[in-house]
Amino acid sequence: MNLASETRNDVVIIYVKEERLDAHNSTELKSAVQKLFEDGKKNVLVDLKDVRFIDSSGLGALVSGFKNAISHQGNLKLSSLQSQVKSMFELTRLHRVFEIFPSTVEAVENFQS
Amino acid sequence: MQGNTIEVDIKVPNKTRYLSLIGKIGEDIARELERFSGDKEVLAYHLNLVLTEAMVNAIKHAGPKEPEKLVRIVISLHRDDLTIRVYDDGQGFDINAIPAPNFEELEDRGRGIFLIRTLMDSVAYRKSCKENMLEMKKKLA
Repeated sequence: MNLASETRNDVVIIYVKEERLDAHNSTELKSAVQKLFEDGKKNVLVDLKDVRFIDSSGLGALVSGFKNAISHQGNLKLSSLQSQVKSMFELTRLHRVFEIFPSTVEAVENFQS
Repeated sequence: MQGNTIEVDIKVPNKTRYLSLIGKIGEDIARELERFSGDKEVLAYHLNLVLTEAMVNAIKHAGPKEPEKLVRIVISLHRDDLTIRVYDDGQGFDINAIPAPNFEELEDRGRGIFLIRTLMDSVAYRKSCKENMLEMKKKLA
């Protein structure tokens, strides 16, 4: 899976550089996020700008990351969801669970506030 | 698509790397529909999703110890009736015993069948000694 990352103001941003986040590749994202929290990072932002398609496994990987954040007293937020990806969060009520921001800039600012 | 009647019969190895290929076939069918008056891009996503979820399901039930097996998927479109059948020859499962997700509990899994049921008009899983079939139907009028 193609993941890129950068750190901005103590926030680790993971860019999912894939068109699809599905049962084929979601385990890798899950492991990458898990490792960040295990390594002591507190603030993780997953940017889904390039993701055009997400399935239940992709949603599950993000839920797993969110639960990991809680268990490590950290935070996991999401940014830059395409409209159809966002509709899957709404369908599964996960938009009530995740903090979702239109851009990485707005998300990073929210981590600071 | 003239007459809106097609049947696509596909067999692919039961590996997740083929999810994208199968999903794209669903998307292409949605975009080719002449008579469909709704949002074709939304329908394209939904068909991609139900095909992806159903194929993952078939891979799980086909048994991971048999990587050389094939998943068979038949997509039929006759006028406004779309039927997708996904076959597996594993142990099978009782689709009616699968609960809807508990939205108050944050589970990693358990949303696949819910999504299929939400996006399709009817869903059935039939077990038989030879092969099992997940059948999903949707009216595209």
